[in-house]
Amino acid sequence: MSALGSRLEPLVYDLSRPGRSGAPLPEPDVPHAELPSDLLREELGLPEITQLDAVRHFQRLSQLNHSIDTGFYPLGSCTMKYNPRINEDAARLPGFLHAHPLQEANTVQGSLALMYELQEWLKEIGGFAGVSLQPAAGAHGELTGILMMRAYHLARGDMARHKILIPDSAHGTNPASTTMSGLEVIELPSDGRGNVDVKALRAECGEDVVGLMITNPNTLGLFEEHIEEVVQLTRDCGGLIYGDGANMNALTGVIRPGDFGFDVMHYNLHKTFSTPHGGGGPGSGPVGVSERMADYLPSPIVAIIEEGDEKEPPLYGFAAPPKTIGRMKAFNGQFGVLVRAYAYIRIHGAAGLRANAEHAVLNANYLLSKVRAEYHLPFERACLHEFVVEGRWRGAPDVHALDVSKRLMDFGFHPPTNYFPLIVHEALMIEPTETESRETLDAFADALLQIAATARDNPEELRGAPHTTPVARMDEVRAARQLVLCCRPKFLSEPAQAPYT
Amino acid sequence: MNYLPHTDADRTHMLAACDVERLEDFFDLIPEQHRFPALDLPEPLSELEVLRELQELAESNAEASHHPCFLGAGAYHHYVPALVNHMLLRGEFMTAYTPYQPEVSQGTLQTMFEYQSMICALTGMEVANASHYDGATSTAEAVIMALNQFRGRRAKIILSATLHPQYRQVVRTYTQGMGLTIVGDDDSAADLDDIIAQLDDQTALLILQYPNFLGELEDMRGLQNAVHDVGALLCVVANPIALGMLKPPGEYGADIVVGEGQPLGIPMSYGGPYLGFFATREKYVRKLAGRLVGETVDANGKRGYVLTLTPREQHIRRDKATSNICTNQGLMATAAAIYLSVLGKQGLRKVAELCYHKAHYAADCIDVLPGFSVRRERAFFHEFALRCPGPVAEINTALFDDYGLIGGYDLGQDYAHLENHMLLAVTEMATREDIDCLVEALGEIT
Repeated sequence: MSALGSRLEPLVYDLSRPGRSGAPLPEPDVPHAELPSDLLREELGLPEITQLDAVRHFQRLSQLNHSIDTGFYPLGSCTMKYNPRINEDAARLPGFLHAHPLQEANTVQGSLALMYELQEWLKEIGGFAGVSLQPAAGAHGELTGILMMRAYHLARGDMARHKILIPDSAHGTNPASTTMSGLEVIELPSDGRGNVDVKALRAECGEDVVGLMITNPNTLGLFEEHIEEVVQLTRDCGGLIYGDGANMNALTGVIRPGDFGFDVMHYNLHKTFSTPHGGGGPGSGPVGVSERMADYLPSPIVAIIEEGDEKEPPLYGFAAPPKTIGRMKAFNGQFGVLVRAYAYIRIHGAAGLRANAEHAVLNANYLLSKVRAEYHLPFERACLHEFVVEGRWRGAPDVHALDVSKRLMDFGFHPPTNYFPLIVHEALMIEPTETESRETLDAFADALLQIAATARDNPEELRGAPHTTPVARMDEVRAARQLVLCCRPKFLSEPAQAPYT
Repeated sequence: MNYLPHTDADRTHMLAACDVERLEDFFDLIPEQHRFPALDLPEPLSELEVLRELQELAESNAEASHHPCFLGAGAYHHYVPALVNHMLLRGEFMTAYTPYQPEVSQGTLQTMFEYQSMICALTGMEVANASHYDGATSTAEAVIMALNQFRGRRAKIILSATLHPQYRQVVRTYTQGMGLTIVGDDDSAADLDDIIAQLDDQTALLILQYPNFLGELEDMRGLQNAVHDVGALLCVVANPIALGMLKPPGEYGADIVVGEGQPLGIPMSYGGPYLGFFATREKYVRKLAGRLVGETVDANGKRGYVLTLTPREQHIRRDKATSNICTNQGLMATAAAIYLSVLGKQGLRKVAELCYHKAHYAADCIDVLPGFSVRRERAFFHEFALRCPGPVAEINTALFDDYGLIGGYDLGQDYAHLENHMLLAVTEMATREDIDCLVEALGEIT
């Protein structure tokens, strides 16, 4: 049963009482300057609560969430593995936490050395010639990569290229990033085994192609069986290869995408290298690139400015790649996330990263072996780190993947990803990750099997699920039709008292 | 080391269930010459050893908890109430993901709803999304939103020269494939009148920073009429702490208010992770990028929250989406929500006034030093431009080497007419003693 209980928490504004404050601030120790009276605001609609109110409020809110820390979270394509706590301590070391991003390089050599090392490791892990740590998330890395591919062709005077080829199984961010780059999306169908349809690819390859975006393993959790041919065809027409690294947890230490001829790939540090997902971020989406793309990386990257020797470490600083596409973000990337990824890679080493991939794949295949008798697998193949089954049965026409998902909550599990990829009917995309034990996988499989039986015997029970969560199924249509996107504080009548005037 | 739970017995049992002999057999499909490359990474370490290594790196940085910091320019050293970090470390916030399943995500969803509400209150706007990566990318998304609003009929963007130089760079990087005309900052000395003069019926958006990059408070009173008379939109990039005391951009008729949310309870952390906030008018909500949380009821009529208007987003609309953004800065928005709740109405005003008083005290003291003069063309908030008697880099080196102070930003890098000008930021973290030390140091250096 879901452990979340059914108590709801009032809005923070409803806890507010005029005159209360939790602000732990001193009185000014300097003379008061005259405030610019014509520029001052009259009211400020923020709550007025104590520290205890705030602690209780946010603690109680947190308790309404399912999280990795509280239960199994097999959300496909998101790699919800254990987030080691050492990484949190590392990112909060005062030397990292309070460094200003614009400090002179010689005063922040620790931060720069860490970034430099991480760049080098990500080059090595992916088989790339260059890496930028700037992108803030996977989609941001995609935009970076596609802009670089566009710039590459333009710099060579190849002005007619404007198409990006994208398989129909791709994440939605792929076509969206392409449009933002001012390029056109050409969707490629999948073949009967879940691969890119090579015939369709061949037909689209031409002198108007900027490149191909490909996810490997793809969103079905399947390795592209024709990857070498797909790369070759694209290259033959002058196109570049973009790898969506969202699924690198399946292949880290197993292959290096650069070895297959990938020109650009983003990593998702929050997935593969286990930095916490934070309820929707922050992520981090560094891009690795081949030799021919390295000059186009976003600026700046971290470089060695003066070589070190036996006595002195090198001097690190920032450098601008010669044909850079420009800056993708202010300051220096998601530095705190980079610290966590650094710690994670340092702890694992090459063997540990490979073992993670192997056990992620073992867990997914083991789980699949336990449920495949009851859940239709659209592509009959062994999977890698995740798999997609259909949440529908011939004998239960009114039951949908969504019902399976909602019922799983009653067993204390987070649902899989629903209705994605779009090419599978009633998709349930399940990614267990390597840090889950056999017992957890067994319990989850049992729940799925029980739900499959219920679908036939008592479909109503599924359609009404979840039964044990803080709220029942939400009215999403009402949310979109009667938009309430912020609360109007009730107590806005009183202007804020200027404390020092 | 690793974090795997598998015992040998587990592995044997599980491999047998998969009908596979060895782990590596799962990867048979992969061309052999590319399988299992030898990675040249350092040998693994235990947690204890890794922490020791990282401690050494961290301690080799000079940073604001040991060196009074007068550097701002878009990232600021502020006090973060202890409870913010303690709440962020709650595993239920930290180790959840995007709240796609509202029944088990009410904690994140309600927190985002409260965050959106407080950003609206702060900026004087009607809707706010659940975050962008940072202030610069929020600004770039404002440009894209304005273009979408005009459906390609207008393609001119005016950027104030006193918009953060890095934000202007990011806008240009983002939009390089869109065929835009970006003007306004060709002359780095251009003022508000100069950019107003560039408004015309091709202009989609004008972007101004408040306080501007030089810390000054531009006169925003006539701006909305000038912008709206040509049918364009007005975007203000605002400092959220300044809005604790200053009239919000919403009152000056802004259509979009964005900015860097880092000052709201987020450490400087060498540049990230930060928080891009984004607020606008309700009439533009369908053009908005990113996640939005809305209030609704469940099947039993109980109040609750969901992600709403998702058909704007990439996972539904794909190439027609308003943006490609997926993962945002959820936990950073959570930090801001907690910060704004605990500081509240009185507290945020107090932080703003502390910054204001301290910055003005510093400016007054430095202004009388021979060779220095504070640029006082306009009122300023907590940051001001200081004309120095010599190169800023040299002064900064002396400040750090001889006094242990982190000096200001060298404005000459971006503004030709401000050579030898330093941008100094003073927040509530600077004690009077720190400021006096800075004043004394500047007096002695010259």
